[in-house]
Amino acid sequence: MIRARDVLRLLPVYIFLYAPMAALVAFSFNDSKFSTAWKGFTWKWYARLASNTQLMDAALNSLTIAVLAASIATILGVLLAVVLFRYRFRGRKFMQSWLFVIMMSPDIVLGISLLLLFVLAGIRPGFLPLLAGHVTFCIPFVVATVHSRLKGFDPHVIEAAEDLGASEYQTFRNVILPMTMPAVVAGWLLSFTLSMDDVIISFFLTGPDYEILPLQIYSMVKMGVKPDVNALSAIMIGVTVCLVFASQLLMRKPK
Amino acid sequence: MNTHDRFRFLSIGGGMVWLAVFGLLPGLLMLGTSFLARHEAELIEVRFSLEGYRTIIDPIFLKILGNSLYLAVGTTLICLLAAYPFAYALARMGNRCKRVLLMLVMIPFWTNSLVRTYALVFMLKTKGVISALLVWLGVTPRPVSFMYTEAAVFIGLTYTLLPFMILPLYTAIEKMDGKLVEAARDLGAGSWRTFFHVTLPLTMPGIVAGCMMVFLPALGMFFVPDMLGGGKHLLVGNFIKNQFLVARDWPAGAAAGVVLTLLMLALMYMQGISRGRAGKKRGARP
Repeated sequence: MIRARDVLRLLPVYIFLYAPMAALVAFSFNDSKFSTAWKGFTWKWYARLASNTQLMDAALNSLTIAVLAASIATILGVLLAVVLFRYRFRGRKFMQSWLFVIMMSPDIVLGISLLLLFVLAGIRPGFLPLLAGHVTFCIPFVVATVHSRLKGFDPHVIEAAEDLGASEYQTFRNVILPMTMPAVVAGWLLSFTLSMDDVIISFFLTGPDYEILPLQIYSMVKMGVKPDVNALSAIMIGVTVCLVFASQLLMRKPK
Repeated sequence: MNTHDRFRFLSIGGGMVWLAVFGLLPGLLMLGTSFLARHEAELIEVRFSLEGYRTIIDPIFLKILGNSLYLAVGTTLICLLAAYPFAYALARMGNRCKRVLLMLVMIPFWTNSLVRTYALVFMLKTKGVISALLVWLGVTPRPVSFMYTEAAVFIGLTYTLLPFMILPLYTAIEKMDGKLVEAARDLGAGSWRTFFHVTLPLTMPGIVAGCMMVFLPALGMFFVPDMLGGGKHLLVGNFIKNQFLVARDWPAGAAAGVVLTLLMLALMYMQGISRGRAGKKRGARP
């Protein structure tokens, strides 16, 4: 039951959101080098992209960072969520607020302060600083995802496990983890997307010997538009679409 | 230590150490650096100084700050005005359509913001889509470029941040009890009155959250004015970036970062207040 008034409210926003992305994808198939007028359909920019080792290396680096950061952030985030949910300890409130501060901090502040940390520690920007930075900004999102699922739990199940003599680890491994699994997977996917998405924090933490996709695109665009960058951007949009679909499917069946 | 305590110790400890080293320590370092002196060769000198803060109360910085506040506030208002009716219509839809339509908001939300900013170039440049459309419609005889203007920066910031406004608004509007709107109507309130006295106060937490989600990143997204504004319209983000990487004046960059953090904390505090108020109001309802 879509009314005319709703269409009027919804459609302009969708057009605004999608027209530029659609144009970018369309131009990535355009035969013209200067991507102005339509000169016919071609795959050649994708072929050229595949032979552009610099871009392919950057893509591989981005994926490596995203997979590693998502995995580490998920492990730490799940532990933190369980800790915050189950235990009462000193500094718990502080930890909770600090996670919130990290989540809300402007990217530029997080990026700069991490840059300071690494420079003062004598570590050159590159792989490790980048990974540490990505893990740090992903953790709060994993904690939030998992924590909200834990709150929906029946606490008696955990009590039952404890009454039956399960150790803390056994309770975690056999009761809490299986029950929170969808949230754990959602947290991982969220972290992966956040990591692939980030521009500002990576800008400060990565060096010339470890190029990643968004920054590679940034420097290429500054030199002028190149058609293989269009193909690459179109692929990145496509991957995001798939990831959003996947995460929606996961959230759909919560139990 | 038995195994019981070991798991507990490791899980609390692991997270705490990570947050302390990569969450808390960098923030403290930034705060510390903002009070140090600048050193030509070694970047900073360990000597208490307010130079960093003196640099940022300079008229040049204040002009940049004013300009970026203008861009950020403007972007926030545009996003709010565009997103509210949209989120309202979306939240009141039938369940099946809603799911798909909401996902269509999530896709741009999760797409790399640099890629999306780059996509805008195809719309705005001289031989871009909008220009071609205007020529085709006969509005202008010759192709026009919208790049490197203030409008382009506004469009760019709005484009990247609009989903950040839509989603909190959507959540707030969906949570709102529709019966209250009906009740207001039954009691004889007109649509405007219902909106200002019922809908707007009830969705205030979503409005505040959305405005924060747009305003704060809008101050820091240095690549949008770089790519679309041609570097003419600086944001606080560009200033901080340049202080660190170009001017090599770390204390000033750190001081600007501290100011931005304080701004965020103030906004969070205000959000807490508005949320607390909304909570009280809900609590007061029988």
